[in-house]
Formats: sequence, structure tokens, C-alpha cells
Amino acid sequence: MTTRTPVIAASAFALALSFAATPASAQSRDQIRAVGSSTVFPFTTAVAEAFGKTGKFKTPVIESTGTGGGLKLFCAGVGPGHPDIANASRRIKKSEVDQCAANGVTTITELKIGYDGIALASSKKAAPVSLSTIVLWKALAKEVPVNGALVANPYKLWSDIDPTLPKAAIEVLGPPPTSGTRDTFNELAMLEGCKKVAEVAKAVPDEKARERACMTIREDGAYVEAGENDNLIVQKLTANPNAFGVFGYSYLDQNRDTLRAAKMDGVELTAETVAAGQYELARPLYIYVKTAHAGVIPGIREFIGEYTSERAVGEDGYLVDKGLIPEPKALRDAARTQAVGLTPLQF
Amino acid sequence: MTDLVEQDVSAVTPSPASSSGSNTPVKSRVRSEAFARRLRARHVAERRFRLAGAAAVALAALMLVVLLGSIVAKGSTAFWEARIRLEVTLDPAEVAERNYAPILRRALHAQFPQVTDRAGKRVLNDLLSSGAPYELEAMVAKNPALVGTTLTVWVRADDEIDQLVKGRYRRDLPESERGLSDAKIAAADALLASGALAQGFNTTLFTAGDSREPEQAGIGGAIVGSLLTLLVTMALSVPVGISAAVYLEEFAPKNRWTDLIEVNINNLAAVPSIIFGLLGLAVFLGFFGMPRSAPLVGGLVMALMTLPVIIISARVALKAVPPSIREAALGIGASPLQTVLHHVLPLAMPGILTGTIIGMARALGETAPLLMIGMVAFIVDVPHGLTDSATVLPVQIYMWADSPERAFTERTSAAILILLGVLILLNGTAVILRKIFERRW
Repeated sequence: MTTRTPVIAASAFALALSFAATPASAQSRDQIRAVGSSTVFPFTTAVAEAFGKTGKFKTPVIESTGTGGGLKLFCAGVGPGHPDIANASRRIKKSEVDQCAANGVTTITELKIGYDGIALASSKKAAPVSLSTIVLWKALAKEVPVNGALVANPYKLWSDIDPTLPKAAIEVLGPPPTSGTRDTFNELAMLEGCKKVAEVAKAVPDEKARERACMTIREDGAYVEAGENDNLIVQKLTANPNAFGVFGYSYLDQNRDTLRAAKMDGVELTAETVAAGQYELARPLYIYVKTAHAGVIPGIREFIGEYTSERAVGEDGYLVDKGLIPEPKALRDAARTQAVGLTPLQF
Repeated sequence: MTDLVEQDVSAVTPSPASSSGSNTPVKSRVRSEAFARRLRARHVAERRFRLAGAAAVALAALMLVVLLGSIVAKGSTAFWEARIRLEVTLDPAEVAERNYAPILRRALHAQFPQVTDRAGKRVLNDLLSSGAPYELEAMVAKNPALVGTTLTVWVRADDEIDQLVKGRYRRDLPESERGLSDAKIAAADALLASGALAQGFNTTLFTAGDSREPEQAGIGGAIVGSLLTLLVTMALSVPVGISAAVYLEEFAPKNRWTDLIEVNINNLAAVPSIIFGLLGLAVFLGFFGMPRSAPLVGGLVMALMTLPVIIISARVALKAVPPSIREAALGIGASPLQTVLHHVLPLAMPGILTGTIIGMARALGETAPLLMIGMVAFIVDVPHGLTDSATVLPVQIYMWADSPERAFTERTSAAILILLGVLILLNGTAVILRKIFERRW
């Protein structure tokens, strides 16, 4: 014991150093890496698993970083040290394409995998309600027009906005600004609802300032940023029947016994109303593939093939089981040809 | 108080009256009414304090029981899984094409001769896990002689059926709200009645990597990832930490610089772990170009995080060795190095080990720093080396807790139970080591 201790310590230290001195493995990679949206995550992981089970390639590694964070990593450069695929719950922005190009990621393949519906759901214990984008915007905007001028949101109860709505305090649990779900919620619910309120255009004539005013969510406690953990929101909604939660269609679908989605302008949230474009709060989902990595990292083409196959995104595909709302057949086929052929994204 | 002392003194001092005999007792104020009242008050105060203490312990214990109770209640069922018995005939042609799904489906349909329509057959197909064909494939790969024969196999059921068997679906709800169709429930009940659907020990949970299908998901990959990460952490932080502690405690001069170092070490021990993750991202991934999601990088980051803890506990242990040991060793001619290596360090070892194990237990339960270096990821393949992509136990728990499938709820709790078990084992080892090697002076 007495003399052996330092010997063991020294050898362990040397061992650790020898581990630390082998970073060369970053230079080659035989495993696809994807980053990005937490909404697309369940779909990409399902495809990755099915892809891995074919036995020809290693199962891809998928990280859930949020759309913005994922595209930032994706656009950081070309080479094995950077991810091959970015999952996105919104379309890539011009600024992000430019960022990509500046770092050498000049060709990107875009694939629209289907739709995700955003649900405004409350506990089954509450009475069913029908909301609209206008009501949502009035309930959650930081400033709303009163007598022609924008003032700090005075609405405390849903019935303040529309007397037919319940006499309950406005409380909406939703994702934080880093989340793609929040981006889509801002664009689909807040901006669209705001556009329908004519007084806003009069009060704020400048278009950019108006857009900002439309998408600014109140910070007085009516909107609660509940983090990216949707299961936590489900629990909180069960505890508080008067609150609404903002989340993806797949969560609602899995929790239909405890949650009920509010109708939007009278339209129920179902796979059919989303694909038909009737339900307002639905959005397309994308994956972006680094074209330069195809042929370098093994299996990228095959992975896209699996992602666009009928057994994944077809009407009975396994992604549909996971809550994805598929595109109509014709569009699906077009998307497949484009993606497998690695047609570069044009902006 | 003062009058009491006076009383005591006067009671002890033999007074002329009392020394003569006991027939004239001293009217002691100890027996006085006021004294008895004060004594009672003090006893009551003592009892009250003890009661408050016991209540605090009871409350803490109750919280623990509630926490553990809810985890055990939710998670214990995850150690069993529903399996379906099938009589499969391994057709050589289909085996050659690795087309195992139809083999299983035919065997299942044979148990329901009354179902002939496509929709009904699809319901039956959904009873089987999507991983069942791979189970059969693995069986055949292990024993190729099975091809062409008919045999009885038990394959995994779908996670919905698993949850139904465990009674986690409310049968009284209408079909549209239940999330599980009446047809599936009827088919599962028929299988249950004939004994072809039963629960068995869930080995998948321990051997498999992550999966999107709850019935195929396991913590095997996460356990290996945790082991690899801890290995790197230990290999780095233990020798460095003990060396630093020995130097600072036994050899370093006491001056402004060592004071500064001491303050910094204490400070580092309190730095939020996410900061170490950011450091790892910038240095190990950014500068050295090490691979993302690798246990090597995770271990390095954790080593940085646990180093201050180990240094501090090792220094405390070294300080607790009485100076007489050192003086005796030096007195019989040992060099300072011999004094430390032969006498002080071995005597301080139990304390150092305890600190190290507690530091490792903390590293085992940490997720925040791993977020930055990509170890919070969906990884199916069980890692085989330090640079393979891997995740760790607490991350796996976090990821399952975030999955929408309800079968993941029980698996999350089961994984928590396993993590708790490992932590109890580690902390228990620390206590036992201390008991065995502890010496008192």
C-alpha cells in the first residue's frame, strides 16, 4: 500500500494523457450526425433507428438543440467535425443561408418532411372552447390597441376579450424564445391574429415596427415560459384546468385522454384539417442536408432515401404513428425525387 | 442562577446545625416551588426541541418515502415486459431474404382464424413490437439450424400492449379518448386468456441502447457511456487531485500565492457545472478538435469539475493526520517525501477515498456540462470506445422524461431507480471504506 500508491497514480495519469493525446479520430467519421429542432427530433430519431436496423450503416446520432442552435452548428463549416443534417421546424432563413455560405457550406439540400400542428390544449376537466388567432393575439400581446392607440395589455380574463369565453384568468404555458415551436407560434398565431385587427395598422403605420409589436408577447405572467419539456406542461395543465398549453400535435395525440385541443376559428385539430390547410396553427417541418458530405460520410443518400420512403412518411408510415402529418402523395413524391437527387436549395 | 449557586454552596458547606445530625433538615431552595417550576420549564423546552428535531427528521423521511414511493410505484413495472408466444415456421426462402416480419405475422394470424379482413389483420400486426423481427433474426443468427423448423418463440409485444397488460390504460374511457382501440384491447384480451400474452423479465432494459420504441429502449448504452466517462474522469482527477492536495498541504510554503490558489480552488468547487461544459466546448472540441458526444471529452470535462472537490477533501484528510506521525517519521530519519508517502498518505487514504467517491457520484449524476459537448443526444449503438458517441445515465433519464410515449414514463422511473441504486452503492462503499480504514488518535 505504502509505496504502490504513487506508482498507480502515475500510471493512471500517463494513461489519461495518452487518451487525451488522440484527437485524430475527429478527422474521419462513419456515423451521420444530425442536430436541430426538438420538434423534428422524434421523427429524425425514428428514421435513424429504422435506418440503423438495416444493418448496413451505424445508427445516426441525433441531438436536440432547437432549430436556431442546430442551424448555427450546421452552418459552422464543412468537414467531419460539423453535423451533416439540421432538423428545422421552420424554413431556413436567408441570413442563415448566408451564414452557411460564408463558412463554406454552399450547397444545401432541403427536404420538407410533412406538417406538425400546434395545439392550444387545456385539461379535459375544463369546458371545451373555441379560440381564434385574434383572441390569442389579444390575450398574449404585450400591447393591444384601445381607442386607436397601443396600450399595455389590459386583458386579465378570457371573458374580457370575448364575453362568450370563460371567466377565467388568461394563462398560457408555452415554449421559450429559443424554441422553434415558439417561432412558429409567433408567426402563425400572433402575427396572423394581429394582422386581422385593423386598429393595429392604424396605430403603428411602419410595417417593421408593427411586425415587432405584433410578435411581442406580454411579460406580466399571462404567458408562462415553460421550457422545452412538453411533458411538464401536460402535468401543469392537469393541475390547472383554466390554463392552456402550446405544443406540437404529437404530444396532443399521445395525451388525448387528459388534454383537449381548443378549436381554432371553429376548426378542430385533426390530421385531415392540417393537411387540407384549414387548421391555422399548422406548420411544415424540414431537414437540411449538407450536400458536400454526401459520399464523404457514409450513408447520407440512403438516410434521405429512408426519410422519404413510403414506409416512413406514407399515410401508414411509422412517422405518422409518431404524430407527423404527411404531405399529400403527389407533393411527397416530388419532394422525394428532389431530395434523393440532392437538388440544391435556391434562395 | 446566582441564588442557586449560593444555595448549593451553603448546602455543601457543613453548617453547625446540619453537622450535628440529620434530624434538622436544611430547608433547601432546590426543593422550593420556584425551582421545580424552572426545572419543569427546562425539561419541557428540552422535550419540545427533541420533538421538533424528530419532526424535522420525520418530514425529511416522509419526503423521501413519497419520492421513492412514487418512483418505485411508477417504475417497478418496467422491469417486466409483455411478450407474445408464437408458433413460427422458419421458411428458408424468407430467412434468406431476412424477411422475418411476415413469418411472425402469419404465426399471429393463425391464432385468430376468425380475422380475415385487412384492417383486422393490421390490428393484429400492431400487437407485435416493430423490433420483434430483429429478435427472431438474432435467434436464427445464433442457431442457424433452426431454419426450416417450427418452434415456439416469445417475442416482445408493442409498448401499447405492454402498458395495457400493466393496467395503465383506462378501459372505462370511450375509445376516442383512450388512445388505444377497442379492437386491439379485444385481441390482447384474447391472447391473455389463452396464455399467449404474458410478462417476463425485461432484459432489454439493461442491454439495449436508446430507442424511439419504448419496448426496445434500454439503458445499456447509457451505462457503458457512464462507465467510460467515469473511467476518464477518475484516471485524470484522482492522481492530479491527490498530488495537488499533497503538495499544497505538505510541501508548499504558506504565502500569498498559495492562499490565492486555495481561494481559487474553493471557488471552482462552487462554479455551476454548465460553465465546465462551455469550457469543454471551447477547448476540447473547438481547439483540440476532439469528437462531439465522446465519453473522452465528457470525462475530461467531469474531471475538471470534480478536481476541486477531490483536492479539498484530500487536503482535509491530510490535515486530520496528527503532526506527531510526521514528527516521529522525521525524527527517525525519514525524508519529507518518505514521511508523506509511507506514513501520512496511507493514513489519510480513507478520507481521500471518501471524497473521491463522493466526487465521482456527483460526476455520475451530472448532465449540464454534457449538454454543451453533445452527449445529450439520441444514440442507439452501445459505445465500444472512448471516442464512440455515447450518452450517460442521467441524460438518458432526461431524454426519456421528454418523450411523448406513455410507456417511457415507467422506463424513466426504472432508470432513476437504477441510477439511485448505483449512487447508493457508491456512497455505501465510501462509508464502508471509511469504517474499515478509519483510525482514531
